[in-house]
Amino acid sequence: MRYAPGSLLTVDGLPAMEVASILALTDRLETMDPKAKSTLLSGRRVALLFYESSTRTRTSFELAAKSLGATTTLVSDKSSSIEKGESLKDTGLTLRALGAECIILRHNAGGAPMLLARMTGLPVLNAGDGMHQHPSQALLDLRTMIRRLGVATRGGPGEWLRGRTVVITGDIRHSRVARSNAMLLPRLGAKVILCGPEALLPEEARCLDVEISRDFDQALDGADVAMMLRIQRERLEGLEIDLNEYSARYQMNADRLAQGKPGLVVMHPGPMIRGLEITGDVADGPSSAIEEQVAHGLAVRAALLVRALGVSA
Amino acid sequence: MLIKGGTVVDPASGVDGLFDVLVRDGRVAAVEGPGVLDRVEVSETFDATGMTVAPGFVDVHVHLREPGQTYKETIATGTAAAAAGGFTTVVAMPNTVPVNDSTASLAWMLDPERGAKVHLYAMPAVTLGSMGEHLTDFESLARAGAVGFTDDGKPVLEDHVMQAALLCAGRLGLPISQHAEDTRLTGGCSMNAGTVAFKLGLRGMTVEAESRIVERDIRLVREIAKVDGVRAHLHVQHVSTAKALEAIRRAKEDGLHVTCEAAPHHFTLTDEAVGDFDTHAKMNPPLRAENDRQAVIAGLLDGTVDCIATDHAPHAAHEKEVEFERAPNGITGLETALGLALKVLGREHGMPVRRVLELMSQNPAAIVNLAGRGTLGVGAVADVVVFDAGREWTFDGSKALSKSRNTPFDEVAMIGRVVGTICAGRVVYRG
Repeated sequence: MRYAPGSLLTVDGLPAMEVASILALTDRLETMDPKAKSTLLSGRRVALLFYESSTRTRTSFELAAKSLGATTTLVSDKSSSIEKGESLKDTGLTLRALGAECIILRHNAGGAPMLLARMTGLPVLNAGDGMHQHPSQALLDLRTMIRRLGVATRGGPGEWLRGRTVVITGDIRHSRVARSNAMLLPRLGAKVILCGPEALLPEEARCLDVEISRDFDQALDGADVAMMLRIQRERLEGLEIDLNEYSARYQMNADRLAQGKPGLVVMHPGPMIRGLEITGDVADGPSSAIEEQVAHGLAVRAALLVRALGVSA
Repeated sequence: MLIKGGTVVDPASGVDGLFDVLVRDGRVAAVEGPGVLDRVEVSETFDATGMTVAPGFVDVHVHLREPGQTYKETIATGTAAAAAGGFTTVVAMPNTVPVNDSTASLAWMLDPERGAKVHLYAMPAVTLGSMGEHLTDFESLARAGAVGFTDDGKPVLEDHVMQAALLCAGRLGLPISQHAEDTRLTGGCSMNAGTVAFKLGLRGMTVEAESRIVERDIRLVREIAKVDGVRAHLHVQHVSTAKALEAIRRAKEDGLHVTCEAAPHHFTLTDEAVGDFDTHAKMNPPLRAENDRQAVIAGLLDGTVDCIATDHAPHAAHEKEVEFERAPNGITGLETALGLALKVLGREHGMPVRRVLELMSQNPAAIVNLAGRGTLGVGAVADVVVFDAGREWTFDGSKALSKSRNTPFDEVAMIGRVVGTICAGRVVYRG
């Protein structure tokens, strides 16, 4: 299926060169003359269509669009005709008829961005769909790693993270962030270890170009990045998870951090449950790149919008 | 009518060669070698030169959506699609609105007023409203023309209800046709469990969700034979997993009356077809992994699978143009069944045309006890399909006769094209 150029629906199959191009655009926008940057998307219309609550993703997409001069409109499922049963297709067609040139979609159903892109023909940016993908998060995570680890990005992108190990720990089964990172990072040369109990990390995950570990301490040995994931209590129904036992085995805390490689970078896409998958002291400590992730989110999403609207910068 | 010049292939009577078929008063009057019937006076000659002439197909599993959802399909449009696919008999499932669970609804459905283009039979519900609790009135329904019972779309989950249903239907000599899915294991699932579902972040149905019900039902059939001395007939619908097939194979070896059907999509596609969340690849049971697809093909080749059934399940475009997890299950299938069977089973796996025809006419007719159907023996009902067995063609969904277009096979190459369908001696489709 062909989608409108500039769409970003999944990282699955996204070429490393395309990733490099997006990050290069992000860098250029960051160093661009602020005045010129603020009018880059002047007169362009961007719709944010959010069927799920969001703080970081929604705000950063919105602020990114506004910082480039675009007109934005936010449509959420709780204050629109969606509440009355309007379909995603019809909502998308309405937004298009109102002049939206790009739609940023967050949705609780996997594949919704593909559907919207097919139905409207517009570039669609996936801001998280069900348990499927969160591609902009994976790109901002990558940029955070590159910066934190001091990776030189002059060579071929397939080598950028060669020799680096990223451990992603937690509720992989339900995590679109984990899926996106697990599909993207090996393409940049990283060794990715997915870690968690079987209830949260099914054996099927071996289909990806990753390793699987049930032992967090072992997985952390020699790791450069520890990406922690939220335990999604709302999706645990039917699964046998003892949260106390989970914390004992998989929580990122000061002891584990101390045993890790010097310079180990701790990441978390948020929202965090402090005291469950990560302790507050680690989240706020110097190893934590959590706030930087948010800042990189703003920068990367600006680039994605410029790319989606076909503007050269 | 004289159907002239074709190669008649009728597995039931063992005929396979150049023959002409004489039809009189809706029945097969004679099957003779070329020229023998030339002097017989007929009102119409159907030129079948170069074509295969076979018993009309019988589909024991179709959804015609009437009453209640006629925007998807009607008995008239669904049976027109059946005729275009070479089917001369279809068995309608009961999950209409309201559910077909009474003699009144059955009679309404079978009334000629509905405009069926081919022979229409129905399987009313096993339980009232298909709610899985109280059996419908099997005896009255059988007298009114039921050819079996099913809660299709839903399994009969409770052991004691299924036991009672098998016993009661067994005494009447009718099958219980089971949608084998342990729904206690499939809540929130929208495709096959496995690596594709993991990559897409979708909850998957395990193969055990199917096999457990099949194994349970076979155990009940065995117990009924032992305790009640009744030979109950379990028919497993759209079997899709190696594990369930293995259970059916063992049951057959033990001499139990267990039959099953396979759908063309399950022997043609795998869960990879879901691709970018294509709702046209969403059905229940879901498209499985390659090992299960191969197991279905092996079952068709070795006789474990008794028949091909389409599970023709039309849905309107707007119902499929939604998020994958919210889309209804099912695809249309009547007009693509032969083309897929001859392509996948015939060309790719060496199944003789004769065996394909057994699976599409003789065997399904036997499952629902239609004497004088599924054969071109003299005296049989003159239900005939004429097709070009070697013709390669591409299915064009926009030209389908079904009211709905929900198919993953649009613009897909097929082999074997229906050129004529004759139902009780009357041409109901000409391609």
